[in-house]
Amino acid sequence: MSNVFTLLLVRETRLMFRRPAELVNPLVFFSIVIALFPLAVGPESQLLQTISPGLLWVAALLAVLLSLDGLFRSDFEDGSLEQWVVSPHPLVVMVLAKVLAHWLYCGLALVMLSPLLALMLGLPTQHIPTLLLSLLLGTPVLSLLGAVGAALTVGLKRGGILLALLILPLYIPVLILGSGVIQAALQGLPTTGYLLWMASLTMLTLTLAPFAIAAGLRISVAE
Amino acid sequence: MSFDSFSEFLAMGNHGVYVWSSYGISFVILLLNVALPILARQRYLKNEARRLRREAQQ
Amino acid sequence: MNWTWFHKLGSPKWFYEISGRWLPWLSISAALLILVGAVMGLAFAPPDYQQGNSFRIIYIHVPAAFLAQSTYISLAIAGIVGLVWKMKIADVAVQQAAPIGAWMTVIALLTGAVWGKPTWGAWWVWDARLTAMLILLFLYFGIIALGHAITNRDSAAKACAILAIVGVVNIPIIKYSVDWWNTLHQPATFTITEKPAMPMEMWLPLLIMTIGFYCFFAAVLLMRMRIEVLRRESRTRWAQAEVARQIGRSA
Repeated sequence: MSNVFTLLLVRETRLMFRRPAELVNPLVFFSIVIALFPLAVGPESQLLQTISPGLLWVAALLAVLLSLDGLFRSDFEDGSLEQWVVSPHPLVVMVLAKVLAHWLYCGLALVMLSPLLALMLGLPTQHIPTLLLSLLLGTPVLSLLGAVGAALTVGLKRGGILLALLILPLYIPVLILGSGVIQAALQGLPTTGYLLWMASLTMLTLTLAPFAIAAGLRISVAE
Repeated sequence: MSFDSFSEFLAMGNHGVYVWSSYGISFVILLLNVALPILARQRYLKNEARRLRREAQQ
Repeated sequence: MNWTWFHKLGSPKWFYEISGRWLPWLSISAALLILVGAVMGLAFAPPDYQQGNSFRIIYIHVPAAFLAQSTYISLAIAGIVGLVWKMKIADVAVQQAAPIGAWMTVIALLTGAVWGKPTWGAWWVWDARLTAMLILLFLYFGIIALGHAITNRDSAAKACAILAIVGVVNIPIIKYSVDWWNTLHQPATFTITEKPAMPMEMWLPLLIMTIGFYCFFAAVLLMRMRIEVLRRESRTRWAQAEVARQIGRSA
């Protein structure tokens, strides 16, 4: 079972590095969205610092969302998804490997890029670890919940906007907690409790979402 | 009865606009919810009647 | 306990017959209860000592908000029934209940906004409960959009069921996070439903209205489901006979 997991992870890695543009696109999108805000609201550093937690989180959320549309698409089109569904290995494990790969190459990359953009927005250096922790705990939830939507819409021709419609409301708790943690840190409040809440949310999603993704894929393949 | 006259009842102590507009909007939406399925049923029956007539002619 | 009724519910024909018998009673009681509740709430309930007469809006706002939330939960329950027992009627219920729930959420949001104007001085305040209702509306939109996008009827029902289940797990999390967000950003203002010990004349109309709204929901849901059942079963003999009877009556 774990063998399938690692095999799939390696396969995803290979596929990913064959198309490096797709690896970079969410990162570029993330940076551009962040750069849009000072242009829209003005370069005043105090204002930018106040809204930076929200900005970083919304931009990360949108970047993950955009990358999700293609999560299962190529596997669906070349028929490998059908093979997954009929294969004797548990679909949940394969789904988990797929989502983990997505998180490694999209979510984790965003997390590593975020300190740079946070500094550009004027977030004080001592709060960077909080930002990193909140994104580190939050982005897996974004990938997992997004994969539920991607699984349900993979068979549809124009799934993109529908995917956003399905998933964005479900992202709200992560967004609130994630940006709230950084805002609490900015206000000088203790953050450990909120980070623990985020961690429990991550664990909850990690245990439940794969079953929903697997069920969604079964429906999309059967159609 | 918590109002002395009908005009007081309509005025709702200066909040009449808010109270009556929200009751009005809500009842319109409730009626819409009743009307939609009734209209859908009539449309469906009409379509079916047309289809049955066409099949009878053939 | 005798479970035959539960398995009978799976049969569209049985559902159509029994719902036809319930529908008039539900409609009459919904109309009567809502009428009586509205008259009592508008004319007989005493004005609130803080909010004056604008508090009478809660007699619509609270039942609608209640119904909107419980409709979403019932979507998930119907979804589980449809997925586990493969019951066709549950599939129909999921798709037909979602628009009613969305409309109820719209009522709750609109009345909440109108109530906010005299109370807070603004049409929209990012109050925790109103914001949670807005998110609920988005959740409903997602289910309705997904149901329309998938052309295969059975897949659409199953996909909606899964989305409803995921949403229902999320609802308490959304509620708590929005409450927390609200306390982080602004001091608690008094909200539309916070009532310290309502007297009897105040909460009796509320109770009547709430029951009335539930009856209304049941009646409209049955009306919608009956059409959908007729449509889905259009190849069976009983449905064709029923359609012929209805056409004969309306002609």
